[in-house]
Amino acid sequence: MSPEPLFQKHDFDVIVVGAGGAGLRAAIESAASGRKTAIICKSLLGKAHTVMAEGGAAAAMGNVDDRDNWKVHFRDTMKGGRYVNQWRMAELHAKESPDRVRELEHWGAVFDRTKDGWINQRPFGGHTYPRLAHVGDRTGLELIRTLQDKGVHSGIDVFMEYTVVRLYKDAAGSINGCLAYQRDNGAFHLFRAKAIVLATGGFGKAFQVTSNSWEYTGDGYGLAYQIGAELMDLEFIQFHPTGMIWPPSVKGILVTEGVRGEGGRLTNVKGERFMFRYVPDMYKGEYATTEEESDQWVEDQNLLREGKITASSSKSRRPPDLLPRDIVARAIMAEVKSGRGTPRGGVYLDISWRDPEYVKRKLPSMYHQFKELANVDITKEAMEIGPTMHYSMGGIRVDPDTQMAPKVPGLFAAGEAAAGLHGANRLGGNSLTDLLVFGRRAGLYAAEHANKAKPGPIDESSVETAIQHYLGFLAAPGTRPTADTPYKVWEDLQVVMQFKAGMVRFKEQLEEALSELESIKKRAVAVKATGSRAFNPGWHVAMDIEKMVIACEASVRSALTREESRGGHTRGDFTEMNEANWAGRNVVVTRGEDKMIINVIPIPPITAELKAILDADVKDISNKGKGVV
Amino acid sequence: MADANTSKVDITVQQLMSQKGDVEIQQATKSTVHLRVQRGAPGQEPHFDEFDVEVQEGMVVLDAVHRVQSEQDPDLACRWNCKAGKCGSCSAEINGQPRLMCMTRIDDLPAGDITVQPVKTFPLKRDLVTDVAWNYAVNKRIQPFTPRGMTPEEAAHGEFKMQQIDVDRSQEFRKCIECFLCQDVCHVLRDQSKMIQPTENGGFYGPRFMIRIASLEMHPADAADRVPLLKQEGGVGFCNITKCCTEVCPEHIQITDNGIIPLKERVADRYYDPVQILWRKVTGKK
Repeated sequence: MSPEPLFQKHDFDVIVVGAGGAGLRAAIESAASGRKTAIICKSLLGKAHTVMAEGGAAAAMGNVDDRDNWKVHFRDTMKGGRYVNQWRMAELHAKESPDRVRELEHWGAVFDRTKDGWINQRPFGGHTYPRLAHVGDRTGLELIRTLQDKGVHSGIDVFMEYTVVRLYKDAAGSINGCLAYQRDNGAFHLFRAKAIVLATGGFGKAFQVTSNSWEYTGDGYGLAYQIGAELMDLEFIQFHPTGMIWPPSVKGILVTEGVRGEGGRLTNVKGERFMFRYVPDMYKGEYATTEEESDQWVEDQNLLREGKITASSSKSRRPPDLLPRDIVARAIMAEVKSGRGTPRGGVYLDISWRDPEYVKRKLPSMYHQFKELANVDITKEAMEIGPTMHYSMGGIRVDPDTQMAPKVPGLFAAGEAAAGLHGANRLGGNSLTDLLVFGRRAGLYAAEHANKAKPGPIDESSVETAIQHYLGFLAAPGTRPTADTPYKVWEDLQVVMQFKAGMVRFKEQLEEALSELESIKKRAVAVKATGSRAFNPGWHVAMDIEKMVIACEASVRSALTREESRGGHTRGDFTEMNEANWAGRNVVVTRGEDKMIINVIPIPPITAELKAILDADVKDISNKGKGVV
Repeated sequence: MADANTSKVDITVQQLMSQKGDVEIQQATKSTVHLRVQRGAPGQEPHFDEFDVEVQEGMVVLDAVHRVQSEQDPDLACRWNCKAGKCGSCSAEINGQPRLMCMTRIDDLPAGDITVQPVKTFPLKRDLVTDVAWNYAVNKRIQPFTPRGMTPEEAAHGEFKMQQIDVDRSQEFRKCIECFLCQDVCHVLRDQSKMIQPTENGGFYGPRFMIRIASLEMHPADAADRVPLLKQEGGVGFCNITKCCTEVCPEHIQITDNGIIPLKERVADRYYDPVQILWRKVTGKK
């Protein structure tokens, strides 16, 4: 009898890793191009982290305020990102988002409607005009279900509950496949492929307080780094201003920005609407300066929706509660540090002043989430909230048009796994359209690449070595007596990131973090998981940590390098934005012989046409605005 | 209304950020619960493992299971994802009741042991994890959204013109997070062995897929006809409206009243209305 093979083999043109919005959209496009396409995903299909997106998908469709257009969206995205975005990606995103959202409707998505019967759009932080196509506060679920149903009828093979642990390239440096294990029985599978799209999201699970689900272990960053791709902008981490803080077991769970979009007020323990004090100079004049004006704006949104006023006739400006997320998160932290926070270390977010039925209709998940998890009725009481690690602006460096990694032919990335669109800070709502616009592009160009590529064979001896390494975690009883459990190492990693590389960073703490990461790395390769290969969470964590540590180290090294504060990167020892040294520069991490290599690279010069848009007054680049009647 | 700037700003954000350390915050109260978790894989006799777990105020059952994994038994198998009631991964039977582990607060359960078991209707994989592949096979049988033609106004705009009131119903059904708790409690599936090959007549697709079909059939811009599927492979007639599915739905979808009953009416109108039967005889149409 021959022994069981160490792994099974599969053959595809294009492999998409991850089945969130970006992965599904990429796979749909690749399959539509006629390439043999597979999705490999860690969870069941339809459970990906995209379901957690609540507020909406930002696209300048102008359905609610027809002054909106791609130029204003582009300008908002660049400004929110503090101008270190890849401008070409921001341009493509602003131009293509409306088509991608409308395409979803043709695939069965049912967005909330305007009075006229078109797709409704809600206001959101940093967006000049109401721009987010939404479905109550469960837009991500709508997006994923629509793409899932489109996908399963597109001839895509889906490998559910499989985790990719290695990527491979041939002698010439082109992608030729990946190794994965099957979660339920622990079997290994080798996938040959001509192109691979990483749509693996971010690495929130490296932090203690996060809105991210378990899948967010930095897989894509680790996989790409291991075979020589560049990681960029990983110092920029979005701490979403409004996460739940009580009870402790729900700490970090997201409270949608849609609450503020619908008029939710941030107040401190003294009842003050503190955001008026935190409008930075770059946003002066664009936000309401009094409570009366803020409240008038909320009222105007109602009248606008009901068609009783025109968009251009409303003179009120947005409440400062709707400033970009980095500013609001820092303001909340400042209030708490100044002793004006709640006893549980947060501030209040209050929507209870609005009509209870309206709140339940527009924010149903928030209503249930607080009622069931915190015993709080948000139509009657204020929510208690604080910042939570939410999103990684950085990721795999890609070509803006094709989403291919410049150094690894055949490797593509999209969504949170890729860097570039959001710069130093992402605007709410830009993620969902990021997934659609660049998921499609990644799928399209991966298919095109696969059509021509003829990668050489995978070196199977290295595959066997990798498998033996991972099986080694399942040490026999009595072996590895002093090893940690995988959970212990993971928890220690979270403590390092939360307290030494969190919202505010200092040189000496970041350096401490690096040395602690060194020891965690050593412990991580020698952990011991008990039990068998059959659906064994401890063993799975052992394999996840490998990628998580890479993402963390790259993030900490990038944070050390950027000696300024910008967007989602706040240095306690360099508290100002340093335009002279850091404008127009990105931090890039690559794999060296035995250590990470850091480079600071310039952003390519922006075109004159786009520069003019950034420099213009919003009014001058807006449409004339016939108003909504 | 009060002036917004009542707190004197004595210190800038920049200065605050340069201060190290966090403020003291209130701690939650702690207690211990006794957890009984069903263990085992196919071919093994299922048994219960017992764990004493320290819990804090407000913790949910999934937190307790995670604590067991991290402190006592790292290979306890359980499926989860968002831990916020939005993905529908962590369905289980808690004290015999089908629920999401992430939305079941321990302090809301009656005092005493907490029993956690996998959902019973689907084949066991290991411990709390079951094989839900049948649901995905069913979903594939349902004709996806099939858009009707657009009016010239719609084509110019690129969107379907639909009033909110007309999409409300479809949106209610699209809240479904596919936790499959409704499938778990449906006695047609659970006790009457109607979970057969989705391509064959004589089975029932279950409440989840009645709702899926309803969301499409009641979509104002959908042009497909799924009534024959409902009657045959879908087996809508097997539902005898005990509403167990509605009771367990974590999204509070009115599965039976708003979904299945109207679908039954569509089938009845099509196949059992005497006028329609006569019409079909005269025209020869099915």
